Amino acid sequence: MFRLLVLRLTQALVVLLVMSFVIYGLIGLMPGDPIDLMISADPDLTPADAARLKAIYGLDRPLLERYAAWLGTALEGDLGYSRLHARPVFEVLLPRLGNTLVLLGIAFLLTLVVALPIGTIAAVKRDSVADYAINFVAFAGISTPPFWLALLLIMLFAVTLGWLPAGGMGTVGVDSLADRATYLVLPVVTLTLASVGGYTRYTRAAMGEALAQDYVRTAWAKGAGLTRIVVRHALRNALIPIVTIIALDFGTLFSGALITETMFSYLGMGKLIYDSVMGNDFNVALAGLLMATFVVLVANLLADAAYTVLDPRISFRSHEADR
Amino acid sequence: MSAPAAAALAGTSGSTTRLALRRFRRNPVATVSVAVLAVLVLSAIFAPAIEALLGPGASEVDLLNRFAGPSAAHPLGTDELGRDLLVRLLYGGRVSLMVGLTAAGAAAVIGTVLGILAGYYGGRLDALLMRLTDGVISLPLLPLLIVLAAIDLSKLGLPAAWVASEDVSLYRIVVLIALVGWTTVARLARGATLAVRQREFVRAAVALGARNRRVMWVHVLPNVVSPIIVATTLSVGNVILLESVLSFLGLGIQPPIPSWGNMLTNAQELIWTTPALAVWPGLMIFATVIAFNFIGDGLQDAFNPKSRIH
Repeated sequence: MFRLLVLRLTQALVVLLVMSFVIYGLIGLMPGDPIDLMISADPDLTPADAARLKAIYGLDRPLLERYAAWLGTALEGDLGYSRLHARPVFEVLLPRLGNTLVLLGIAFLLTLVVALPIGTIAAVKRDSVADYAINFVAFAGISTPPFWLALLLIMLFAVTLGWLPAGGMGTVGVDSLADRATYLVLPVVTLTLASVGGYTRYTRAAMGEALAQDYVRTAWAKGAGLTRIVVRHALRNALIPIVTIIALDFGTLFSGALITETMFSYLGMGKLIYDSVMGNDFNVALAGLLMATFVVLVANLLADAAYTVLDPRISFRSHEADR
Repeated sequence: MSAPAAAALAGTSGSTTRLALRRFRRNPVATVSVAVLAVLVLSAIFAPAIEALLGPGASEVDLLNRFAGPSAAHPLGTDELGRDLLVRLLYGGRVSLMVGLTAAGAAAVIGTVLGILAGYYGGRLDALLMRLTDGVISLPLLPLLIVLAAIDLSKLGLPAAWVASEDVSLYRIVVLIALVGWTTVARLARGATLAVRQREFVRAAVALGARNRRVMWVHVLPNVVSPIIVATTLSVGNVILLESVLSFLGLGIQPPIPSWGNMLTNAQELIWTTPALAVWPGLMIFATVIAFNFIGDGLQDAFNPKSRIH
């Protein structure tokens, strides 16, 4: 168990290191680097001046050397300074991460609370009207562009009915939990609706498979009741593939959060990454992307840990046997 | 070659395909989806004809006629620049469908090649390719795509004149989506290849001295094709969604080329005054994507009736 976690942690760190290099290289390819910005700010700047500036900032050195220098300072906790926010990147990043985790956490729990029972009902009542209806609605959810869903919800609840704010984090001058909550409703609903269809279909598929197993037939033969069979026998086993898919899908959930945050001007990580890419705030874009990757990797690790709780058969040995 | 001859040449796969098609036709949702998609494709193909029918210049900028309601000249009204909404929707459909089909097709080719290689050779290559697949699947793709879409192509050494041309955003988005969208097909192709590799006809071909390339191309590929077709159909919908999101965020298809996504870029302000402009493009995306998803689901049931719950 302990060795498995150490192995997984090392793997995650390697992925993070590789990603940091890839992202560092990509950021360098974006338009409007600091020298570009200086050239556009000062039309008298000659190419020779630009070359000298590049040398001063170390931009003439090879990519690997620059990356190593960045990594060194980053590991000391210095992620640089934000151009747009005029503050250290770390100070900009932390509150945004908190906001995103609040949005993601609530939407994720809501999604599970809706998708697990509904997907189970669809699997148990296979080929019934309820199954077809659930399947249809799930497909509709998967097929709706999330940003358009946000638009429709804003149109209905903010423009037409006027019940909820169209975006933002809270009313200016009001600082209460209830006020904050009203601003959370539409983003949470959007993100939940955007992901619930997929999770319902995973649950339906996994439960369908579990219900067809021999141990379920045995349970029926023993005379166990429907609830006991579904919850104790099938769901317990179906949770393993469901957790796998959910863990792999966490990146998708984060992508959904980016869209939701941008649509509702919710000050989270996703919107921060988008704004910093659009505004040439490279230090923030780099750190934000790495933080997003880190969050997703941690979610994957948690899913790995959840396996061992869900299924005592899975141990380090059987993991080795899979390879 | 006549159809029966082709079916005879293809051996048993001809009859299983025919059986699958018959099962598919008996699925009402999938059949309706095919009809919906056919209408969408035809209207995209005949967009220029429909534009001509509405009179020349229907899609030209007409600042005196902004936000007009539906009329004989403009069946769905006009947008914020006085352009005909219907004509722009049809041309947007051309772009979205073309991007969806080409990017999904390219991703399927990449995924099939990697998946068959991994499944056929196994060992270290398999482990390496599958770790790569797992890595790409678990990444937060949209933030990464945003960075990739913002890259200055001239810094990659591509000619500046080409980078500045209008069509570049089309090629760029197809390449980007193909680069990240191959993972599902790769896993399915690998799984199917693993199953086929041990079958007698493959071992017989190897025993007869067939080269690896020939075994993979002639014996493995035809037998892994049906899960790939299903996955690719399902992925077209996803690709169209991804394209619309990137175009909406201003990083995909660039105006003046219309796409359903970039027609919604200003929608957040428009919903307060002209909601129709924010509704129609989204409705088109929704109809197209759900049609592809239902067709993919129908194909899945038809090809693989035993595991239809998947």
